Amino acid sequence: MQVLAADLRLDANAIDYVLLAIYFVLVLGIGYMARRHVSTSMDFFLSGRSLPAWVTGLAFISANLGAIEVMGMSANGAEYGMPTAHYFWIGAVPAMLFLGVVMMPFYYGSKVRSVPEFMRRRFGKPAHLVNGISFAVAQVLIAGANLFLLASVVNLLLGWPIWVSVIVAAAIVLSYTALGGLSAAIYNEVLQFVVIVGALLPLTIVGLYKVGGWQGLVDKVSGGPGGPEQLTSWPGNQLTGFSDNFLSVLGLVFGLGFVFSFGYWTTNFVEVQRAMAARSMSAAQRTPIIGAFPKMFVPFIVIIPGMIAGVAVSELRGENKAALMAGDAAPSGATFNNALLLLMRDLLPNGMLGVAIAGLLASFMAGMAANLSSFNTVFTYDIWQTYLRKDRPDGYYLRVGRIVTAIATVFAIGTAFIASTYANLMDYLQQLFSFFNAPLFATFILGMFWRRMTPAAGWIGLVSGTASAIFVFVLTQSGVWTLPGQGGAFVGAGAAFVVDIVVSVAVTMVTRPKPAEELVGLVYSLTPKESRQREVTGEDAGWYRNPSVLAGIVLVITIALNIIF
Amino acid sequence: MSTETRTSAFDIRLIIALLLGIYGLVLTVLGLFFVTDEDNAKSAGVNVNLWTGLGMLVFGVLMIAWALWRPAAPKPRPTGRGSSSPAP
Repeated sequence: MQVLAADLRLDANAIDYVLLAIYFVLVLGIGYMARRHVSTSMDFFLSGRSLPAWVTGLAFISANLGAIEVMGMSANGAEYGMPTAHYFWIGAVPAMLFLGVVMMPFYYGSKVRSVPEFMRRRFGKPAHLVNGISFAVAQVLIAGANLFLLASVVNLLLGWPIWVSVIVAAAIVLSYTALGGLSAAIYNEVLQFVVIVGALLPLTIVGLYKVGGWQGLVDKVSGGPGGPEQLTSWPGNQLTGFSDNFLSVLGLVFGLGFVFSFGYWTTNFVEVQRAMAARSMSAAQRTPIIGAFPKMFVPFIVIIPGMIAGVAVSELRGENKAALMAGDAAPSGATFNNALLLLMRDLLPNGMLGVAIAGLLASFMAGMAANLSSFNTVFTYDIWQTYLRKDRPDGYYLRVGRIVTAIATVFAIGTAFIASTYANLMDYLQQLFSFFNAPLFATFILGMFWRRMTPAAGWIGLVSGTASAIFVFVLTQSGVWTLPGQGGAFVGAGAAFVVDIVVSVAVTMVTRPKPAEELVGLVYSLTPKESRQREVTGEDAGWYRNPSVLAGIVLVITIALNIIF
Repeated sequence: MSTETRTSAFDIRLIIALLLGIYGLVLTVLGLFFVTDEDNAKSAGVNVNLWTGLGMLVFGVLMIAWALWRPAAPKPRPTGRGSSSPAP
């Protein structure tokens, strides 16, 4: 296939397309097979709470290892270098452990079917509506962003117009999520994880060979526009945009590590839903902790290829990288978001190229499927069943779930075009998350451990937290307050958290709390110890299945990684 | 294990093994017989297809071994949990 006009075109041949086609056959096959296990709405929305921990654990990180992570993090790797690893080590692992050890007993033990449902039982309807609707809207927006990225990759690869690949990809994702529900999405996430690692690991190794090993990469990055500070994760000034080291570390630990990541990992139903699909309390607790093991090492196959691209790909290195870092267009016309694709083009022979393309497309589609499968659950259970059509037979809600999945897909196609207006997709998605997620964690953690907190405080805290995140966003966008890099998103998340706590406490002081008997299972001090207990027999026996022990192991490795890099 | 060890057709480990088996086979064959000097020059002298293919085959076999060693447990019907949808 010789196309001279587009220099980003990957030189894919028949073998690559065959490998790609095999993948799609399996993806649709999984959807078809999963369908036979769907007989109730619980099967469709929560896999009948029947999956083993390793499956839900891999799905847990795989749902997040979508387009956003793979392309966005390698773009960040090319631009900022090793500090990008904070998104994993500071910005994910601690929160995942916290979710498994501390919060999961309430989510799984209270038998709620979604995170917003927890909200409704703890704080009542106003907080539930705020949470449910903002979550649903965010999922459709993010599904659209996934779709757009997928389409731009197919555009580079096959030269198809964006709109054609948007529609084809949406149709594939829709057919397996509407057929097999959450099980199909989760099984495909596991398969996607295998393929993406199978593609990125060889790419990283070959890339390192190409630049002369680790030492070669160190020398080349140090001599490049970013300088040697791109090789150590701390203090990460380029990433945060703070020139002061102390502020930068503070921003990372408090902004990214605490507020932003805890908000995302512990209250985002896309993630929590995977753990809710686990077969037992123990398996649910282990879900995020098992996921943390691969999560610690993902930076090595995502960020390092980005860094290699920044020094080895002719369109990105030298003056191109310098121009892009300064916020200008590169003379070559490439952007950091192309980093991974350009590296694949330069290094991989046909065959491996097909695997890599399958892995990338798989990660886009799995990301979108995760958005859709959590959206349809929240919409059906939390909006349709709770407010619009109560007390219908179960089969009715199963049908609604399938129809809503189709409607959401149509909206996501529309959103794909919104996503195309932002240069750096990470920035775009972080802004969304900081609007919705940062205040949520504040409300949840207060609500789980402070029985006095009132329903009114629940929703007023959420609204004012979200409003302050938007306020910071407007300040930074309009240039009143300049924070380059990702600093604006971190500050926004921090502001949302603090405002939420302050407002919630203040409102609680002047309003009436819920009666204690309605809070059993939802608040720490009112939940009998037995109902927070996990099983320790049969499939859940053994020290290596103990969530706390596993979490300790992860923590030690993460600290070691932070010290080494 | 009991007689009803259902290594059901729908064990995700077997699907992973199937995919990796096919990919591994194709890549290994490409790496053994169809590798060009141009390919090798591209990837700094490493025969990417061959090594990745072999790695995938090994991993696929491991997946099958795991699935045989610990067959998927029959899906437990929820014990009341979940199937009853709590009234809002």
